[in-house]
Amino acid sequence: MPSYDTALYPMEFHVNGERRTIRVRAADTLLYILRDNLGLTGSKSGCDNGDCGTCTILVNGLPQKSCLMLGVEAFGQHITTIEGLVNSPVQEAFVQKQAFQCGYCTPGFIMNCHGLLNVHPDANEETIRVWLESNICRCMSYEEIHKAVKAVFTGSRKS
Amino acid sequence: MGAVGQSVPRKETWEKVTGRTKYIDDNPRPGLLHAQIAVSPHAHAKILSIDTSDAWKIPGVRAVITGQYYPILTGSPLADRPPIAIDKVRYYGEPIALVVAEQEYMAEMAALQIKAEYELLPVVHSPSEAYQKDAPLIHEHLAEYKRHEEVYPEAGTNIANRTKIRKGNRQEGWNKSVHAIEVHVTVPQSDHAAMEMRCSIAEILPGGKTIIHSASQSPYVIRRAISQSFQIPLHNVVVHTPLVGGSFGGKSAIQIEYLAYLASRAVGGKAVKLVNSRELDMISSPVHIGLDATIKLGCTHEGTIAAAEILYLYDGGAYADRGAVMSRAGAVDCTGPYRIDNVYCDSLCMYTNHPYSTSFRGFGHPELTFAMERAMDLLADQVNMDPLEFRFHNAIGPGDTTPTQTLLDRSNIGDLPMCIAKLKTVIHWDDRPILEIDGHLIKVKGVCCFWKTSNTPTDAGAGAVVIFNPDGSVNLLCGAVEIGQGTRTALTQILAERLRMDDRMIAISTEVNTETDPQHWKTVASRSTFLVGNAILKAADDAIEQLKNIASIVLECSPIELDVGGGRVFFKNRSDSGIEVAKIANGYKFPSGNTIGGQVIGRGSYAMRNLTLLDPETGKGNPGPEWTVGAQAVEVELNTRDYTYKIVMAATVIDAGKVINPEFARSQITGAMSMGLSFASREAFLFDNKGVILNSQLRTYKLIRYGEQPEYRVDFIETPHLEAPYGLRGIGEHGLIGMPAALANSLSTAVGVGLNQLPLTPESIWRTVHDSV
Repeated sequence: MPSYDTALYPMEFHVNGERRTIRVRAADTLLYILRDNLGLTGSKSGCDNGDCGTCTILVNGLPQKSCLMLGVEAFGQHITTIEGLVNSPVQEAFVQKQAFQCGYCTPGFIMNCHGLLNVHPDANEETIRVWLESNICRCMSYEEIHKAVKAVFTGSRKS
Repeated sequence: MGAVGQSVPRKETWEKVTGRTKYIDDNPRPGLLHAQIAVSPHAHAKILSIDTSDAWKIPGVRAVITGQYYPILTGSPLADRPPIAIDKVRYYGEPIALVVAEQEYMAEMAALQIKAEYELLPVVHSPSEAYQKDAPLIHEHLAEYKRHEEVYPEAGTNIANRTKIRKGNRQEGWNKSVHAIEVHVTVPQSDHAAMEMRCSIAEILPGGKTIIHSASQSPYVIRRAISQSFQIPLHNVVVHTPLVGGSFGGKSAIQIEYLAYLASRAVGGKAVKLVNSRELDMISSPVHIGLDATIKLGCTHEGTIAAAEILYLYDGGAYADRGAVMSRAGAVDCTGPYRIDNVYCDSLCMYTNHPYSTSFRGFGHPELTFAMERAMDLLADQVNMDPLEFRFHNAIGPGDTTPTQTLLDRSNIGDLPMCIAKLKTVIHWDDRPILEIDGHLIKVKGVCCFWKTSNTPTDAGAGAVVIFNPDGSVNLLCGAVEIGQGTRTALTQILAERLRMDDRMIAISTEVNTETDPQHWKTVASRSTFLVGNAILKAADDAIEQLKNIASIVLECSPIELDVGGGRVFFKNRSDSGIEVAKIANGYKFPSGNTIGGQVIGRGSYAMRNLTLLDPETGKGNPGPEWTVGAQAVEVELNTRDYTYKIVMAATVIDAGKVINPEFARSQITGAMSMGLSFASREAFLFDNKGVILNSQLRTYKLIRYGEQPEYRVDFIETPHLEAPYGLRGIGEHGLIGMPAALANSLSTAVGVGLNQLPLTPESIWRTVHDSV
């Protein structure tokens, strides 16, 4: 249900390593703020209901669906969006395996996968499955994404 | 060199993994207004009144309009649909009013304040119900609707289109038949569910120029539709289509573009954006077509099919849109890829009080293939033949005719027997039929075949422009939309092959702009690489001729002595002697300063050849340039106690004519297979007894997810289509076509009962098994 409140409140948080101070509505989701206030449109809206994972970002290093979090809840937190990833092995693996078609779900998958790499660098197949089933890709069969993810986690184990 | 046949990566690869790709809704723009629609809570009702006064009270509201604001009927082939309902609503979720406001949330709040009074009408719940003589009428004025293409509505009924196939002699077919079966199948409507929701931005400039930005497969059709509906000359409508976040046919329909245009018009032409929520994208915008089918099939002692009698009732929903054309496509290929001399088929697009249907990957074929391939398994069983052997025995090929009596040759049809033979090896078919693994778990395989031609308008075409830069690199302009399939990259491969240059030296934009890119009919029907590819070959040849002409003056020879390749124009018989393309691409400057020639700009266009309309009484005609064929299989692991199952393997062998990019091709096939398995196993709109959709979220409308993918096996045959670039055939949709059928055939074998209704959930299997005893 949309809110009638048009008042704006100041808030401060860290996005991709930079401190940002902005004014937001209490009802704005974090996804909305990232996209419309900060122009970070790499995070996508796919359902605004936490069902598809296209809006996945990292909050203090952990994956979070930004459509399910109010902007004001991010006060003081450290947010990483796809624009903030630099040389992530996940991106490289997605490129190598061409693990995308239309690319709309890709930022969400990459952020989720990168978050998994932060938390469980040695994740086994079952852990990977449980984490990644929160994201939907409609173009592909998940075969390519599976190959890309496997390449990342095999690689991290070696190093 | 040799770009065709290589797995080159997508041009936009790095943008896509870094979040820098710009889709339609990724350009925040100060001052942009936002539109939102109010929708009908009823599936069939008269609108008595609409009260917009409370909506106006919401701060920030700039306009509120209803269907009366600009009463027009839109839709192709049949103009039967007002963009905003007028007088009555025909489906749950139909737009009844539209609000424009400063902010998206304001528009959303205002839309919720719109109040309408209705008088409820009886609801038509299925195409079979709609077909009954006493069914409530959904369109009272069917006879008066304008027709834009070949379409045969029947006034006074719910039939939006009927296509008849009359081939051979029905009675003779039955006389020859020793074995006969009859099967009824039901495929419910479901959703395209592209991850990017539909979105359109419209702006009307003071001089009358209209600019539409839309996530669409059909920018040139949007241009035509807006031009026709609002009397604006074509050149004054400009449509921009950036990269599209998935579409699967769903973004080929023109729907929210009309609404965005009306919204802009209502606020004096200011730029207005309309983006669907997921819920509205599912219920208000057009959906994947459903089908109720009855097939009677007869064959001889030897297992040769002699007669097919078919009734296809497609669920077109509340408005005809492309459902009318899909029902025709269903008639054209009604038998599946089999040689049958006597065919009697009626294929109808029925109006129901469901959301209206538009193109969905496969264009009517996945549904008919489900029906036909269930029939094939039943008949094979009755003749006591191996299901693959039975299909091989009846496979269509050169010298045979299609249901539309088109004569097939080695070019216009792929090699189905070869596909079947290869599939047999790929899936180790000889291990069938049932493998007991452990206690209640069994493993079973099911197979099917498919075919599809394209059913485009007979004049569908495309253009291309090849522009040489001073350094010898090339920009390619064309109207094919990049929807994820990789077409724009594949087209640069085709150009690179013809120009014999490095494909990395060819640039192509991500966006299509109707003002600067030559027209392409639409990015549908697996026809873009064919149509645009042919235009590109001509443009390349045109550019090559220009390069040779300039070079011939510099080299003091005749152009016919020259060849182009590797960034040079050189003598055919002395390849070390010649001139670099970079020196002549923008004309050649002699040492004196005198310059000859100018920028090399190649142009080409191509339109379908030798296609004809179908005879309305017999269906005789030529519907498409070629048929892609293939054979598919699914292996399931079923728990015989609770009917839960896992799809463990899925296979496709397809005749691709020529594989342009092996990585893209495999990904297209497996992606389509996944989509087919998803809708066959779980996807369907659930309606209550008033026609209200109960599952309009991705939480309740389930899609296949990561970890559920089976092992995919894909193999290609290459029988060239002589009219196509490098012999290619369409493959964008085809991996999907047979998946529901192969899944149903495997599960039916596993439970020993015919499963003829999608989706195949454990519950529906349990119900069917228990109803049958």
